[in-house]
Amino acid sequence: MKPYRTHVLVCAGTGCVSCGAFGLKEAFEKEVARRGLADEVLIVATGCNGFCEKGPIVLVQPDNVFYQRLTPADIPHLVEEHLLKGRPVAKHMYVPEAGRAPVARMSDIDFFKRQRLIVLRNRGRIDPEKIEEYIAADGYEALAKALGEMTPEAVLDEVTASGLRGRGGAGFPTGLKWSLARREPAEPKYIICNGDEGDPGAFMDRSVLEADPHAVIEGMIIGARAIGASRGFVYIRDEYPLAVARMAKAIGQARDLGLLGPDILGTGFDFDLEVVRGAGAFVSGEETALMASIEGRRAFPMQRPPYPVQQGLWGKPTVINNVETWANVASIVRRGAAWFAALGTRTSKGTKIFSLVGKIRNTGLVEVPMGISLREIVYGIGGGIPGGREFKAVQIGGPSGGCIPKGLLDLPVDYESLTEAGAMMGSGGLIVMDEDTCIVDIALYFLRFIEEESCGKCSPCRIGTRRMADILARIAAGEGDPADLERLEELAVTVAQGSLCGLGQTAPNPVLTTLRYFRDEYRAHIEDKACPALVCKDLIAFSIDPAKCVGCLLCREACPAQAIAGERKKVHVIDQAACIKCGACINVCPAKVRAVKKTTGKARP
Amino acid sequence: MKTTRSIVRDVVRRYGGRQRALIQVLQDLQDHFRWLPPEVLEAAAEELGLPPARVFSVATFYKSFSLAPRGRHTCTICMGTACHVRGGAAVLEHFERKLGLKAGETSDDGEVSLERVNCLGACALAPLAVVDGRYYGQMSEAKADEVLGSLPSRGKPAASPKKDGTDEGTP
Repeated sequence: MKPYRTHVLVCAGTGCVSCGAFGLKEAFEKEVARRGLADEVLIVATGCNGFCEKGPIVLVQPDNVFYQRLTPADIPHLVEEHLLKGRPVAKHMYVPEAGRAPVARMSDIDFFKRQRLIVLRNRGRIDPEKIEEYIAADGYEALAKALGEMTPEAVLDEVTASGLRGRGGAGFPTGLKWSLARREPAEPKYIICNGDEGDPGAFMDRSVLEADPHAVIEGMIIGARAIGASRGFVYIRDEYPLAVARMAKAIGQARDLGLLGPDILGTGFDFDLEVVRGAGAFVSGEETALMASIEGRRAFPMQRPPYPVQQGLWGKPTVINNVETWANVASIVRRGAAWFAALGTRTSKGTKIFSLVGKIRNTGLVEVPMGISLREIVYGIGGGIPGGREFKAVQIGGPSGGCIPKGLLDLPVDYESLTEAGAMMGSGGLIVMDEDTCIVDIALYFLRFIEEESCGKCSPCRIGTRRMADILARIAAGEGDPADLERLEELAVTVAQGSLCGLGQTAPNPVLTTLRYFRDEYRAHIEDKACPALVCKDLIAFSIDPAKCVGCLLCREACPAQAIAGERKKVHVIDQAACIKCGACINVCPAKVRAVKKTTGKARP
Repeated sequence: MKTTRSIVRDVVRRYGGRQRALIQVLQDLQDHFRWLPPEVLEAAAEELGLPPARVFSVATFYKSFSLAPRGRHTCTICMGTACHVRGGAAVLEHFERKLGLKAGETSDDGEVSLERVNCLGACALAPLAVVDGRYYGQMSEAKADEVLGSLPSRGKPAASPKKDGTDEGTP
C-alpha cells in the first residue's frame, strides 16, 4: 500500500450514511484534489464508528481528531485549515456540554475513553471492503497461528481457558460447546454464525458485520478447524442489506486469497462459507429455528435434546455461535487466553458490546469490560439523560430481558448479576428510559411484540402472551382491576414453563421485572386511572391554559382532528370529545408560550 | 416477453434447483414481481419439486414475503424499542393519517404501501422512517410531511402525456 501522510476516515455505517456520509466523502475527495493533496491525503470510507448520535463522523489520523455533524459545505474550510495548515477546526469538534471546551482528540472524549475494544478494534479504522486493510491490522495472523503452529486440541484448550461465553444472550461457554461437537463421531460437521439480530434496540451484530466482516470469517475458520467442520453458514437478517452485501464480498475476497476453500494456507484443511439471508422472523434467532430456516423451512424451534452439537443442520453436529462470539475468537488465539481472561469478572470474561439508545445523550455502540456498572455506562459513557429529565429505568436484553430501576444502577454487568435482577444479558441492547416513559406502555410494547412474533407452536406462548397483552392493554386503557396483577403473574409462570424455546420461556420477563420494580405505576393506572408518565392515551387529556394562550392559531392549524377552536388573539379551546391525543398541538406551541398541557387522573378536565 | 414460468425457472436454476434454497428463491422472485402472486408460488413449487403446501407455509410464515401486491413506493416505520420510547407510534399514526392507509396496506392506485418493521438497527436515528430505501432519522410531523411531499402526488394522472411533439408547431 502507498503511504499517505494523513488518512481522513469517513464513517459509512448505516447511521452516518443516512445523514449524508457519501456526499461528505465526495466533497473531501474533490477538495483534496483541488488543493493538490491527493498524493498525501487518503479518504477512506470505514465501518460504523459507534458514536452514531453525532453523525456524519470524520476522524483525521494520525492526529486522532474527531469531527462531528459535518456537511459538504464545511469541507473546503476544514481541508484548508486542518489538512493544509495543520490547524484542527474547533467548531466541528465534540463539546461535552454547552459552555465547555471542545475536545479535539477522539481518545479524550468520554464516550470513547472508557471503552475497551476487542471485537470493535477495527471500527472506524479500516475499509471493511478491503481485505488488505484487515490483514494490515494483524488480520488472519491468528488463523496462520491456529493452522500452522497449533493442533485443533490446542485451539480448543485456548478458547476454553479464555472463559469466552456466548454473546447471543444465554452465555453458554464457547469452548465447551466446541468440544462437545468435536467429540461427536458423525460427519460432516457444520458451523453457523447467528446474525439474526432480532432484539429491537440492539445493533452490535449489524455493526460488526458491516465494519469488520473478516473478523467474523477469521473466527469461523479457526472454529471450524478446532471442531473439525467443513462448511459454515453466516445467517443474516433480511433487514440488514448492507451487512449481507459486505459479508458476501468479504467471503469472496477470502476465497480469492486461499483463506477459504480447499487446502487453506497449504495446510490441507478444507472449509468454505456461505451467506444465508433471513426472511423476517424474530424466532429465527433461536438456534433450532435458525437451522430450520437454513434448511429452507419455516423457522419452528425444535425440542432439545438432541442439542445442535449432537444433531443440528441436516441431523449433523453443528456449532452455532453469535456474531460477537465469533469476532472474539481471533483476538483470543492471537493474544492468548490469559490476556483475555484478565478482563472482566470471575464468571464473565472479556468485553461486551452494548447499544446505548433511547433517552440518553450519547447514543451509540460501546464495548466495555464485563463487570462495569450500569451507572458507568449510562452516565460515564452515555453522558446521562438529555433535557434535564430524570432517569427512570434501563431496559436490558430486549423482549427476553427486563427493566432495571435506578436503585440497581450500581449493578455490575455480567451474566449472573443481570439474571439475578430478573433481566438478562441478551444481545446487549440497553434502552434508557426517563420519567416520560410509561412502564405499563413498555411492558405492553414487548408483549405485543412477542405475541406477534410467537411462531405459534406452543399454546402457552401463542395464547398466553396474547392474554397477557390484552390484560396490559386493559390496564393502559384505565379498565384494569386490582386482580389483574396477580393474573399477569400467574400467566407469566405458565408461559415460561410451558414453552419449548427461549422466546416463550423468557417472554414474561419484561412484565415480571416491571411488576417487581414499578408496581406502584401499575397501581396508579388501575386505582387512580392515571398514567404518571403522561403516555397512555386513554388516561391523559390535552388542554390549553387560558392564562398562557396568546391565540397564535398554530395549534389549531396543526390539529389533524380539527378539535381546536379559536380565533387570532383569542384563547383557543380543545374539544375533548374530538381530540385524538396525537400531541401535535403541544409540539407546535412555542416554547416561550407553553400553553398546551397534558394532565392525567383527577387533574383531567 | 418472458413468461412467469420461465422467470421462475431461471431463478430456481440460479440456486442449482436446490430445495433448501426455497427462501432465497422466493426472495428473488419477490424482488422481481414486488410480491408473490399465487401462480408464482405454484410455479416455484413445481420447479423445485416441492409440495405447494410447503412453499405456501414458508411464504406465509416469514414477514418479508407479501402475498398481496405492494405499492411502487414503500414507507416503512421502525417500531423498535428505541424508536418507541422516542415517539415512533406517533410517527406511524401521522403517516397513517396523511396517507389514509393503515400499516400493512397499499393505496388503491398501487402507488404507496405503508409498513412497520420491528427494528432496523439504526437506533441512534430514532424515531426512524424509511422511504423507498432511504433512511430518515429523528422523524417529526413536519419532517414527515416534507418526506411525503417528495413522493409523486397520488391519484393524479402522470404529468406531460405528450412527449413525441406531434402537437407542437401546429398553429
